[in-house]
Amino acid sequence: MITTELKLHNDVFNTDALDKAATRDGFGKGLVEAAEKDQRVMALCADLAESTRAHWFKEKFPERYVEVGVAEQNLMAVASGLANYGKIPFAMSYAAFSPGRNWEQIRSTVALNDVPVNIVGAHAGVSVGPDGATHQALEDIATMRVLPNMIVVVPADSEEARKATLAIAVNDKPSYIRLARAKTPIFTTLETPFEIGVPQIVYQSKNPRIGIIACGSLVYQSMLAAEELGKEGINVSVMNLSTIKPMNEKMITEFAQNVDHIVTAEEHQIHGGMGSAVAEVLAQHAPTKMSFIGMHDRYGESGSPDELLEHFGFTKKGIIDHIKKQLA
Amino acid sequence: MTDERIKELELKANDIRVSIIDMLEDAGSGHTAGPLGMSDLFAALYFEIMQHDPKNVDWAERDRLILSNGHTVPVRYAAMAHAGYFPIEELKTLRKFGSRLQGHPERHALPGIEHTSGPLGTGLGQAAGMAFGMRLDTNKQHVYCITGDGELDCGNIWESAMFAAHHNLSNLTAIVDRNNIQINGATENVMKLEDLSGKWTSFGWHVIEIDGHNIQQFVDAVNQAKAIQNKPTCIIAHTIPGKGIKEIENEFEWHGKPPTAEEEKRFLKELRTLRGKIEATHSQ
Repeated sequence: MITTELKLHNDVFNTDALDKAATRDGFGKGLVEAAEKDQRVMALCADLAESTRAHWFKEKFPERYVEVGVAEQNLMAVASGLANYGKIPFAMSYAAFSPGRNWEQIRSTVALNDVPVNIVGAHAGVSVGPDGATHQALEDIATMRVLPNMIVVVPADSEEARKATLAIAVNDKPSYIRLARAKTPIFTTLETPFEIGVPQIVYQSKNPRIGIIACGSLVYQSMLAAEELGKEGINVSVMNLSTIKPMNEKMITEFAQNVDHIVTAEEHQIHGGMGSAVAEVLAQHAPTKMSFIGMHDRYGESGSPDELLEHFGFTKKGIIDHIKKQLA
Repeated sequence: MTDERIKELELKANDIRVSIIDMLEDAGSGHTAGPLGMSDLFAALYFEIMQHDPKNVDWAERDRLILSNGHTVPVRYAAMAHAGYFPIEELKTLRKFGSRLQGHPERHALPGIEHTSGPLGTGLGQAAGMAFGMRLDTNKQHVYCITGDGELDCGNIWESAMFAAHHNLSNLTAIVDRNNIQINGATENVMKLEDLSGKWTSFGWHVIEIDGHNIQQFVDAVNQAKAIQNKPTCIIAHTIPGKGIKEIENEFEWHGKPPTAEEEKRFLKELRTLRGKIEATHSQ
């Protein structure tokens, strides 16, 4: 059953009843709200204002919008300078290019320099769709979480993306927020709490055999899978791990101690991503049998978002199939 | 500037050179040629040009000095110590475990270091970000960014050059240490940079070429840069790597090695002679 304290949508399993929006939309709203609250908030963009939703900020605060052109290395260097001077910059592009192309600038001028630049990686995952493999970032969680000082957040829906944006605007730390292009159900509400570093058990079963730890759009799909598996007598609980760094080792350990098997689910390479981060915690504190839903050492390809999500197993059906295979 | 003032600054540059030789020999590793070549520029920056307060390093009204070629930081440490940021004796801790004087500068290690640097090509963008923020706040401070010439091979530099010109960041001045050497040899053999002045001009910058060992020329160039209100300025400072020590001047092998104890003795003797020459020249 869903966890009532989280105040999720009251008809959460009726997908048709839920509004749908991309996490980039929630980010775009959150950015405007953050800018209304604090005039130090600025937006820098590498020629992708509309598709990263920076254009809403640009229309409202043109003087605080900085066009950088198709120059992701410079995007990060300029953001570092602004943050060092005292501003709160959000630097946005597609995740394939930032942090894809400018990792060294992020490492030395942002993370090692320890200045509060908020790195916004849009169009992450295969759900980017027809643009194909070049534009489907599947490595960014790994390359960002390995950096000391960096906060890594992957919002599960548009509303959580809005709250996460407001949270990283005030955390005074280098932060990475990972966003998707595809519209997905908004299953949290304005009242759902959000705090960086605090995972949420969004679906709790009695005596669960399986615990799913998911991030991004896989959280809602995992909830749907858990609901259906429960009807078949397979008890599953689901944790939304939207903060991948810092890891809440205590909550993950406790969650794993109550199940026989942990499944991690993310639209990312299985190597180095969220699942690996969970494995690092459990190997030390609560060795648990694990399996990984993610990209298995391959790139994506062109197709509609729904086709690709289905093909790579990032849907309710894919999760159910995966779990049944584990239990067979 | 009066002749007396120029003499004072040239003597400061000599003090900085002495400290560079001293600290690098103690460290047993580090870069010698670049810092010696930039000593006159640093004497002018810390003792004549920049608005700064060694006793109040976070002063909001300070000018910012971004050292994009972070490997030359011994010259900055030496200038800072002589300006009163920290005791001169601390220079001997350079590159040693637990030191505030990291091999490449660390913002959080030493107050007065504006940013962590060393990986080449990223300083100009950071300086442009600072300049953009200052202008937005209508603050009147100036941002100086020193780059090496070898690092102009980096694409990031030219992204930043386009950015600063596009946004008319006239409160930003780049100073290129044009010493013609990089690790693999002469810059023009490793990756041709000329026509360097033409490159900056075509990117939309005002360009001034100076003798980087002529303090008066440098101060004049900075004043000109500050007077130009519609574009950033690039000062190409022609310097001699290893300047002050004849036997190592222009030798690219000295880019990345320190003097031995014996060499130190010889070099310091030469700098004492140079000091005498500075005093004699300006008392005529």
